[in-house]
Amino acid sequence: MTADIRKWVHIGTLEDVPREGARCVKNGDMTIAVFRTAKDDVFALEDKCPHKNGPLSQGIVHDGCVTCPLHNWVISLETGAAQGADEGHTAAFPVRLEDGQILIDLSYSHEAV
Amino acid sequence: MTKQKLVIVGNGMAPGRMLENLFEKDRDAFEVTIFNAEPRVNYNRLMLSPVLSGEKTYEDIITHGDDWYGEHGVTLHKGARVSEIDRQAKTVTSDTGITVTYDKLVIATGSSPFIIPLPGKDLDGVLTYRDLDDVEKMLNAAKRGGRAVVIGGGLLGLEAAAGLKMQGMDVTVLHLMPTLMERQLDPAAGFLLEEEFRRRGIDVRTKANSHEIMGDDAGKVRGIRLDDGTEIEASIIVMAVGIRPSADLARAVGLDVNRGVLVGDDMRTSDADIFSLGECVEHQGMCYGLVAPLYEMAGVIADNLLGGSSEYKGSVTATKLKVTGVDLYSAGDFSEGDDREEIVLRDASAGVYKRIVLKDNKIVGAVLYGETSDGPWFFDLLKKGTDVSEMRETLIFGQAYQGGTPLDPTAAVAALPDDAEICGCNGICKGKIVATIKEKGLTSLDGVRAHTKASNSCGTCTGLVEQLMQVTLGDAYNPAAVTPMCGCTHLGHDEVRRLIKSKELKSIPAVMQELEWTTSGGCAKCRPALNYYLVSDWPDEYADDYQSRFINERVHANIQKDGTYSVVPRMWGGMTSSKELRAIADVVDKFNIPAVKCTGGQRIDMLGIKKEDLPAVWADLGKAGFVSGQAYAKGLRTVKTCVGTDWCRFGTQDSTGLGIKLEKFMWGSWTPAKLKMAVSGCPRNCAEATCKDIGIICVDSGYEIHFAGAAGLDIKGTEVLGMVKTEDEAIEHVAALAQMYREQGHYLERIYKWAKRIGLDEIRRQIMDDAAMRKAYFDRFVFSQKFAQVDPWSERVSGKDKHEFKPMAVLTKEAAE
Repeated sequence: MTADIRKWVHIGTLEDVPREGARCVKNGDMTIAVFRTAKDDVFALEDKCPHKNGPLSQGIVHDGCVTCPLHNWVISLETGAAQGADEGHTAAFPVRLEDGQILIDLSYSHEAV
Repeated sequence: MTKQKLVIVGNGMAPGRMLENLFEKDRDAFEVTIFNAEPRVNYNRLMLSPVLSGEKTYEDIITHGDDWYGEHGVTLHKGARVSEIDRQAKTVTSDTGITVTYDKLVIATGSSPFIIPLPGKDLDGVLTYRDLDDVEKMLNAAKRGGRAVVIGGGLLGLEAAAGLKMQGMDVTVLHLMPTLMERQLDPAAGFLLEEEFRRRGIDVRTKANSHEIMGDDAGKVRGIRLDDGTEIEASIIVMAVGIRPSADLARAVGLDVNRGVLVGDDMRTSDADIFSLGECVEHQGMCYGLVAPLYEMAGVIADNLLGGSSEYKGSVTATKLKVTGVDLYSAGDFSEGDDREEIVLRDASAGVYKRIVLKDNKIVGAVLYGETSDGPWFFDLLKKGTDVSEMRETLIFGQAYQGGTPLDPTAAVAALPDDAEICGCNGICKGKIVATIKEKGLTSLDGVRAHTKASNSCGTCTGLVEQLMQVTLGDAYNPAAVTPMCGCTHLGHDEVRRLIKSKELKSIPAVMQELEWTTSGGCAKCRPALNYYLVSDWPDEYADDYQSRFINERVHANIQKDGTYSVVPRMWGGMTSSKELRAIADVVDKFNIPAVKCTGGQRIDMLGIKKEDLPAVWADLGKAGFVSGQAYAKGLRTVKTCVGTDWCRFGTQDSTGLGIKLEKFMWGSWTPAKLKMAVSGCPRNCAEATCKDIGIICVDSGYEIHFAGAAGLDIKGTEVLGMVKTEDEAIEHVAALAQMYREQGHYLERIYKWAKRIGLDEIRRQIMDDAAMRKAYFDRFVFSQKFAQVDPWSERVSGKDKHEFKPMAVLTKEAAE
């Protein structure tokens, strides 16, 4: 799939999300967690830990990962894949950052290889 | 006098140990030159398996780094294979063209893996398992995936198979004999081991005779064919069928060589100026491939080089399999015979099998599977030839069952004789470890490893060594001191806390920069800890980093398993009123809160509140006068009380009043872990103060202050800090104690664990006996409370951290499509 046929949706600005923190976006029944790292990279994951559906948006963000608040699984912000010995995936959505505006593509989620 | 010249051929574990022994006795006797065919420093070959499985790295297993050679004035020629020895001229020459003269020469050329002469043995992808190069080749192959076939179901083969499996490969083990590790295990234990490997998904085939290794057109391994015609596809074949002494060099220069280099009891070869040790030697018809005998040889040579007359008498060996999760120990000879008896214990459900073989009432062999902690004890009895007829009935149950009641593990270690061997790899006895701990004032495991070598090789005796340190040092031994805070640093909590103060580090980035954190932004373990340390140490200057707090402390409510929150308002000393209860009832109705529960800390918990509703819930509770109960905090939680002299016929003091005063004074303070308190009005102790972090028992003559209780994961009664006469004194002592704990505790360390680490006497000395110190702690507590006592709920009702409680965007259907 190429970028030009993606459906980019504007969800807010970089400043809306605390650095090393997250905010939620409601999309019908689904909640999407939007993360901002220390380096101002932005990522979007479904707000559900692959382990027990814990809200990842409530976790501690560190070095490109988030630690789930329920049982400390560590999830890659980029791929949605559980790190270390744990196995599982959370849907990850493409994010574009333009002039401080955050856009995400909800039509498509990719899972890590 | 000029130094004698000592030249060593080979740089494995045996000569490494020999040099350590030599330098220990006399640092300056020799000028030492080493030739090493491998391009490396000395590393611990025993630990190759953990490197293969990914549990350790090469750096972890280095015995002597480059520094060591420098410090000891040793010249090390790496990657230089010795090709010539001129015994007349006493010179050694390497294939890289270096020639040196020697007065004494040590040959330690080790062994090489035995290659089965199968067709296809030279194909690309046929590996052995002997040194780090082999491990690297296996790791590279593992990255490509596919199947590995390991030929050989002995110690090395099984360790290789387990490691490759952990690296994600499919693994088949081919073993010629009917059961695995038949040289060390009897068939029953071999069978259990086979089952365990099968459970791990490793394909084990016994009685499997390899016929031919098959390759593709490019000369690469494609698979293996067995004698019975079976073909197994494989991307690598690992041969681990045994070793043979590397004695070619010795043979070429005319030394007496049989299977290995022949040595006498003094470890000299047929040339008196040439010694030999390690896996390349043959002594009394025996060649050894385990580390303990090599180390014994090393000690003998070191002594004889210095003019001693030590003798090596051969070794009885014990074996442990280094595969994580498999406990297996074998020692001595366990074949059956008419003159032998055996004692067997089987516990199928626990997967335990133990067999002791006796001859003339003495242990001659032992096989333990599943539960091996008594292995060294049996081995000790075996080596000493102890008559075991007295304890025959209970022998198989192990040392703890000898002589009456079972001992706890530490007491069992305490009961060991001084000459009991603790570290089998290095032959280190209990007496030597205890003496070294005392003599050098050692307090850490690393210290003991550095000075005695115990637990420094395969590491399986680490538990025993730690128990020995516990026995020797008592409360002064603190295993936690050497544990790093997390994977982002090598520093322990104590060091980090000390450096935060001494370097005046006042932000998390400053700590990470100055203390050389290995990650860019820390992790979920160290960030909350650092945030607490900074809050505690610089209350007026540090800006609390909410993104480094666990969610509960970030939003001031307790997250539940479904992502909703629970809310617990403070009820001072457990007292409440109709007005408060009515306000709670109204909030529950208004927000449809599904569950209301009384907590163990004498207050009310409302569960199942949506995050978005939290500020509105707090606003309503705030109107009734409630503040946050901080039921989520690593900080002061509750002060539980009984009704005391207000109502109780037995009350001796106003326990409710004192509880409320303490709570109003101490609320809001952050502590290393949660802090729960209680005040009981008499020794009947209805407020259960004797299992709290800090508790007070009121008596006629005053207040008995207790601390360090636990009633969670651990159950523990409190310790008495001391007696005071007035309420004011009680409050001062309690706050000072809390401050001492705040300043010294490790993050998440409850007060009873901290107290155990620091020692009760030391705490009593600082808080009870030293009035100036107590006052200083108290003053620092009061100062920090100025910044801590802000109700987080009302702050958020007024708009702080608004973003936390509402979504960033709510997408409509059109926008999302």
